[in-house]
Amino acid sequence: MRRSTRRRLRHGALYALLLGGVAALVLIADWAAITSNFFDRDVFEKIWPEIVFEGARNTIVYTAIAFTVGLVLAFVLALMKLSPLAPYRWLATAYIEFFRGLPVLIVIIAFAFAVPIAFGWIPPGGPRGAAVMALIVVSAAYMAETLRAGIQAVPKGQIEAARSLGMSPTWTMISVVIPQALRIVTPPLTNEFVLLLKDTSLIQVAGVFVGQKELTNFASDSLSIYSNATPLTAAAVLYLVITLPLTQLVAYLERRTQKAR
Amino acid sequence: MTAAIEVRDLHKSFGDTEVLKGIDFTVAEGEVVCVIGPSGSGKSTLLRCVNRLEEPTSGTVLVEGVDITDPEVDLDAVRSRIGMVFQSFNLFPHMNVLDNLCLAQRRVLKRSRAEAEATAQSNLEKVGLADKAAAFPAHLSGGQQQRVAIARALSMDPDMMLFDEPTSALDPELVGDVLDVMRRLAAEGMTMMVVTHEMGFAREVGDKLVFMDEGVILEEGDPREVLANPQHERTQKFLSKVL
Repeated sequence: MRRSTRRRLRHGALYALLLGGVAALVLIADWAAITSNFFDRDVFEKIWPEIVFEGARNTIVYTAIAFTVGLVLAFVLALMKLSPLAPYRWLATAYIEFFRGLPVLIVIIAFAFAVPIAFGWIPPGGPRGAAVMALIVVSAAYMAETLRAGIQAVPKGQIEAARSLGMSPTWTMISVVIPQALRIVTPPLTNEFVLLLKDTSLIQVAGVFVGQKELTNFASDSLSIYSNATPLTAAAVLYLVITLPLTQLVAYLERRTQKAR
Repeated sequence: MTAAIEVRDLHKSFGDTEVLKGIDFTVAEGEVVCVIGPSGSGKSTLLRCVNRLEEPTSGTVLVEGVDITDPEVDLDAVRSRIGMVFQSFNLFPHMNVLDNLCLAQRRVLKRSRAEAEATAQSNLEKVGLADKAAAFPAHLSGGQQQRVAIARALSMDPDMMLFDEPTSALDPELVGDVLDVMRRLAAEGMTMMVVTHEMGFAREVGDKLVFMDEGVILEEGDPREVLANPQHERTQKFLSKVL
């Protein structure tokens, strides 16, 4: 048999297998159960639009707060890690390795329950405030590494050029290194943002008051109330509506940086 | 009169490797000194010691009589008077040409925006790129980028200029434009120290030629003399390869 014929046969077989698999799934699936459990119109109308105005809104608010404050903290940590003074480097390394090595859930529980019980601390914003602080503390550890790598990825010649013009180390950092580093880290930071957004679904273990539920919490509570998975479907769609444009943005930015090089 | 640059018994080691093994030399004001030698001879390291981009291991470097190896010296002030041009241009890619030229004028010399831009514009004219003020470095050819880099250094009104193989990263047809700019600069009386492989430039423009090999200066003198009549065997060998 000729080589090209054999390849055509092989591809044909693979397509047949795929079609067969899909057809089998369609035939086996209990469409009535899927529609009534995951796509129930009546249940959907009960949670709409609260799922957006409470669930999605809180998800975005918690993410935005954790990301913004986390980024500031990460920046301090990154600069500490690049400090000429060894104790600062050690401190930053210890922080980063500690929080990157722990499950986020442990840190949330520690902030929401362990610390308040041990020291009588009342977290600002209640239990969910404590949970958001935990997310800040953990995401800062991840983002600090990203920022440090970005700062170090700026070519050494850039710093030399700035210093040879008589610019101080501080001005060199502010006007030459950081603007270029930010460009380098935009794609990985967007990824961190998406991860953080998904991690906000863990806030519910801290326990939240009425109106404070984020998307997953809202959906799982609604699921219990209506004994129906439609809220979960809606939450999944809403997550994708937020995250897909962001991951597409990352892909676009990465393509653009490749071109610029 | 104090020399523009005076280097005395300069040593520089990277780890266990001694790159500069006792260098003595001077550049007088208004003089153009070209430094040649095989790669790894330490010529770029020597140049980079003059504005302390490399920290000398021992010895002194006097710039206009000021010992820049003194830990108390205001290095930024000294550097702002020494223009430096790199092999890889090192323009700031996130700024357009005008901002590249204005940044240090504003931050270091505290010039007003208007003053900085006027200086920048006149230096761009000098290097023949007046129409590129708004362009970003990525959109310029290597030769244009290097001329912008020269204009950026000149915008600080330096007393002297250091060139670290300024044409080595350029396509051959772009070398001429950069050398023209340097030639004009020399004619205006700028003090220049040039690490280069352009023997034609050294012969024509240089007041002094320094040949380095393995961390020492083997020969120095009038460029025409050294190039035509090298005294040292290693100089002869090197020149026979590059000429």
